[in-house]
Amino acid sequence: MSAIPPELHYARSHEWVRPLADGNVEVGISDHAQQALGDLVFVELPEIGRTLAAGEACAVVESVKAASDVYSPLAGTVVAVNAQLAAAPELVNQQPYGQGWLLRLRPASPLAEAGLLDARAYAAIASGS
Amino acid sequence: MGRRTPLHDLHVASGARMVDFGGWDMPVAYGSQVEEHHAVRRAAGVFDVSHMGIIDLSGAGARALLRGLLANDVARLARGGRALYSCLLNEAGGILDDLIAYHFAADDFRLIVNAGSRDKDLAWIGPRAAAAGVRLIERTDLAMLAVQGPEARAHVAALLPPAVVDAALALPAFHALRFGAWCVARTGYTGEDGFELMLPAAAAADAWRALNARGVRSCGLGARDTLRLEAGMNLYGNDMDETTHPLESGLAWTVAFEPADRDFTGRAALEAARARGAMRRFVGLVLEERAVMRPHQRVRVAGGAEGQVTSGTFSPTLQCSIAFARLPPGAEPQVEVEVRGRWLPARVVKFPFVRNGRALVSGITGGSKQP
Repeated sequence: MSAIPPELHYARSHEWVRPLADGNVEVGISDHAQQALGDLVFVELPEIGRTLAAGEACAVVESVKAASDVYSPLAGTVVAVNAQLAAAPELVNQQPYGQGWLLRLRPASPLAEAGLLDARAYAAIASGS
Repeated sequence: MGRRTPLHDLHVASGARMVDFGGWDMPVAYGSQVEEHHAVRRAAGVFDVSHMGIIDLSGAGARALLRGLLANDVARLARGGRALYSCLLNEAGGILDDLIAYHFAADDFRLIVNAGSRDKDLAWIGPRAAAAGVRLIERTDLAMLAVQGPEARAHVAALLPPAVVDAALALPAFHALRFGAWCVARTGYTGEDGFELMLPAAAAADAWRALNARGVRSCGLGARDTLRLEAGMNLYGNDMDETTHPLESGLAWTVAFEPADRDFTGRAALEAARARGAMRRFVGLVLEERAVMRPHQRVRVAGGAEGQVTSGTFSPTLQCSIAFARLPPGAEPQVEVEVRGRWLPARVVKFPFVRNGRALVSGITGGSKQP
């Protein structure tokens, strides 16, 4: 079974979103997603300052098995990326909701308008796929 | 639902991620497949390979039958207890399967064939065995475990009856010892030392648990694939099939053209291919950038001619991507591979990439740039 923390927001494409105190949001991939991918070996992250549309491909996570696009769960500007993942992509497998975060965004509009799922709704999707 | 090995329930109870492989429900990994890979390179791991076919052939004509069916020559197995690797060819020289043939005693042989080809192999060999008066038995009563890694043999020895331990530990590479329904062979598919153990299906779960209890790590097909790639060992269906022949699959060393009067199936076609020359090259590749080569990706050599990746992955030992590729005739040391829309430089290397825990080629060199 995969972990789905109740305090986070989720996209149908298996990303999670955590609101930060400064008004920005942190983005990563769910435990369910990392389990399905298997051991990650490379992570490609966007440039800081890049403007993303909701649903735009913004990162690539590549495992021993396959490469997968990561889609931005909401519109915004990239303000930070997790530089640790260049040397330690396995952090995404080990701590998908912690040290394995991918990027931080300054949202273009309020989070509540992004149409994201709560943990219960995401659990239904993760268990069905 | 696919076919199940005698260890299926144990895999599921261990939390293994199960996938379809050649019609079988098999464990791809029990946790991290990269950690399983390292366990085999550094200590020991155990794989369930009971999905592979075990075919016993016996009777006065068995040796002659196999000398006619296999591209390698079982006459090289002079003494009992020896094994060899061979392709099974069709008349056109295309590869029906690759297998290991064990010779236990005069006219008493065993073939280990791929899971995905076993029905096809039986349909090919069965009528020919019957016509030659050779008895064929598919040993569906047996399970098979591959215990691999520098510490593997000592762990297997602890499971064996005391009377056979010394003989088992004294087996040279590619030799086997049969006792009752059990057989222990010093063979494998990882580039490490180890044993493959054939045993009654009912005894498999206890053997697996005993190995786990000794610290031998359960390993799935994911690690098996990265290990065999690093070891430079072909996978049937990826690296060769009925449309390719051994001489353009890196398997020329397995074709016994001598003695010249041995007429094996596919011989005439291989001799014709050899006479034509200009064969495609089967090579190892190391990618010079941080990306991963995958099967069917295009490979471009100088002058624009193209080949294809047949197997590719990330090498946990080298920490970069490695692949096998079939290329047009030539000798270029550098090629380009199309990975997710970009042409990336790769270096042509000799097999294997890794053997007995040691890297034999370097990873990303950093200095290489394509013109």
